[in-house]
Amino acid sequence: MEKILTKNIETENSHRISVYMESGGYEAWRKVVREMSPEEVVETVKDSGLRGRGGAGFPAGVKWSFVPKVDKPKYLVCNADESEPGTFKDRLLLENDPHMMLEGIAIASYAIKANTAFVYIRGEFANQAVLLNEAIQEMKEKGYLGKNILSSGYDLEILVTRGAGAYICGEETALLTSLEGKRGYPKIKPPFPAVEGYLHSPTIVNNVETLCCVPHIINNGPDWFKSIGTEKSSGPKLYCLSGHVRNPGVYELPMGVPLRELIFEHAGGILHNRKLKAVIPGGSSTPVLKESEIDINMDFDSVAAAGSMLGSAGIIVMDENTDMVDACYNLSKFYAHETCGQCTPCREGVPWMKTILGRITNGRGRGRDIDLLLDICKSIEKRTICPFGDAAVAPVKSYIEKFREEFDYYIEYKKSLISQNAKSLDAVN
Amino acid sequence: MPDTFSTEAKAELKKLMDSYPDRMSAVMNALHLTQREFGYISYEALEALSKEMDLPVQQLEDTASFYTMYFKEPVGENVIWVCHTLPCALRGSANVFEYLKDKLEIDAGETTNDNRFTLMKAECLASCGSAPMMQVNDDYFEDLTEEKIDKILGKFY
Ligand SMILES: Cc1cc2nc3c(=O)[nH]c(=O)nc-3n(C[C@H](O)[C@H](O)[C@H](O)COP(=O)(O)O)c2cc1C
Ligand code: SF4
Ligand code: FES
Repeated sequence: MEKILTKNIETENSHRISVYMESGGYEAWRKVVREMSPEEVVETVKDSGLRGRGGAGFPAGVKWSFVPKVDKPKYLVCNADESEPGTFKDRLLLENDPHMMLEGIAIASYAIKANTAFVYIRGEFANQAVLLNEAIQEMKEKGYLGKNILSSGYDLEILVTRGAGAYICGEETALLTSLEGKRGYPKIKPPFPAVEGYLHSPTIVNNVETLCCVPHIINNGPDWFKSIGTEKSSGPKLYCLSGHVRNPGVYELPMGVPLRELIFEHAGGILHNRKLKAVIPGGSSTPVLKESEIDINMDFDSVAAAGSMLGSAGIIVMDENTDMVDACYNLSKFYAHETCGQCTPCREGVPWMKTILGRITNGRGRGRDIDLLLDICKSIEKRTICPFGDAAVAPVKSYIEKFREEFDYYIEYKKSLISQNAKSLDAVN
Repeated sequence: MPDTFSTEAKAELKKLMDSYPDRMSAVMNALHLTQREFGYISYEALEALSKEMDLPVQQLEDTASFYTMYFKEPVGENVIWVCHTLPCALRGSANVFEYLKDKLEIDAGETTNDNRFTLMKAECLASCGSAPMMQVNDDYFEDLTEEKIDKILGKFY
């Protein structure tokens, strides 16, 4: 496939507006402001079938059409919090092609009639935030931002807010609370942000990669976009490959590419010619797949049919020497660290799971521990304010279900079935 | 440690507050600025910010205490964050951490005696394709080896 989202990233100074414009950058924005009505933009994006790349896969154009016609300011927020373990695609776009994202933000803002847009960028991306502010300045100098853009009567400002190290702020309602200057606590939906979001006003939150698709849809039309990928998951996709593959990295391919092909052709197969054991297909919050389950296509519906999720397409590959109990413990530490603490089942249950997994990997597991873990999962699932609770449960439940013998072995023999002599993942702790 | 904002920082704060639809929305960026000015988010720093922003200090404290990047205690001149989440762990982040720990003779959360480095563990920093990795202050260092770590640390002496 011809590269679309990553076509410029190898070009020198690809983050500068002059380089972006040489390859047709901002043509879509000029066309939108001069020739299209907001409704036409929404329809075009709806027709393209573009689904959100942040995890849930909700159709972008449909979400935009939920913005009510009320007499309140509307806001657009670009979610650049990228913190789902295994995901590193938005950083690539932010660093190498910030203008593609900014053009997408401008078009989306116009479509929902927002005059203020925000980029909420994870706190650790300090250099990228500086780059982004420079890019915004370049846009202003060209007259693509500010008051009365290209004499259209349309005004737009883009502001960059840095997060400060909280995974939960990637969840859209938590993100908006954080944007308002408060603790990043999620809120119960509904009301959805499209109706009541930032400062109680209609707010659309979209992922970086989602917004980067938008200028291309305007330039080439919805049918072109639909010709890439599958019928229900259209367009190009950035897949992040990490873990035990020979060539980890971001690969741009159509939606629906076979998972086995991604691992064995694009990412070069398994490191040290070992055997593949397990794959997390969509970031750490998605259920793990066994080697025998990876003959699936990487689009929203196919991965869901296999009992997992495409999520953020953060594909974490684990070879035959991986101790799955230890891997599970590693992730449980992540979730225990990141719970926001609002809901009792999540605040108490997630760290408790970590404690139990910790003692199992230390050879001090107790006979009932696996049942206890599954009980805790049940008491968290679907009982929390935000989907984080379910996300924290997914690894534990799926690892136990699929690699039960490793858990049982640990408890019975007080050691790992897999890495008898090898050092565990987190030997340091 | 200064006990008030510099003139430039005050101007920056003012600009921040003017650019957002409401003053509270400037808080996340304002806290980063405060940390840059004061080194960490002490109560005194929050009081100074409270004065500049005309927001209750309790409100600022409530927000600041939620986020790991706002330091509540003084840190060394340079802060090293070693990512230890699964993708990095699969590629040997434990060795990186152990190497740094031995080399600097400190554990996670501690600062070297010469105050040059604070060592921290980080959760996934969106760099899993170049694991193992660490962040030193604002910069990422990827595909780490022991030789690379020596070289990187050397730059801070
Ligand atoms: C715990 C949690 C963490 C999330 N983290 C992110 C993130 O880092 N980046 C992101 O774009 N979406 C993240 N999301 C999804 C957002 O809530 C939201 O659905 C998304 O930004 C919408 O954009 P999209 O429709 O373009 O995908 C997260 C969701 C949850 C529940
Ligand atoms: S589920 Fe967990 S992270 Fe989400 S609101 Fe409840 S306590 Fe916070
Ligand atoms: S796990 Fe270390 S950067 Fe993602």
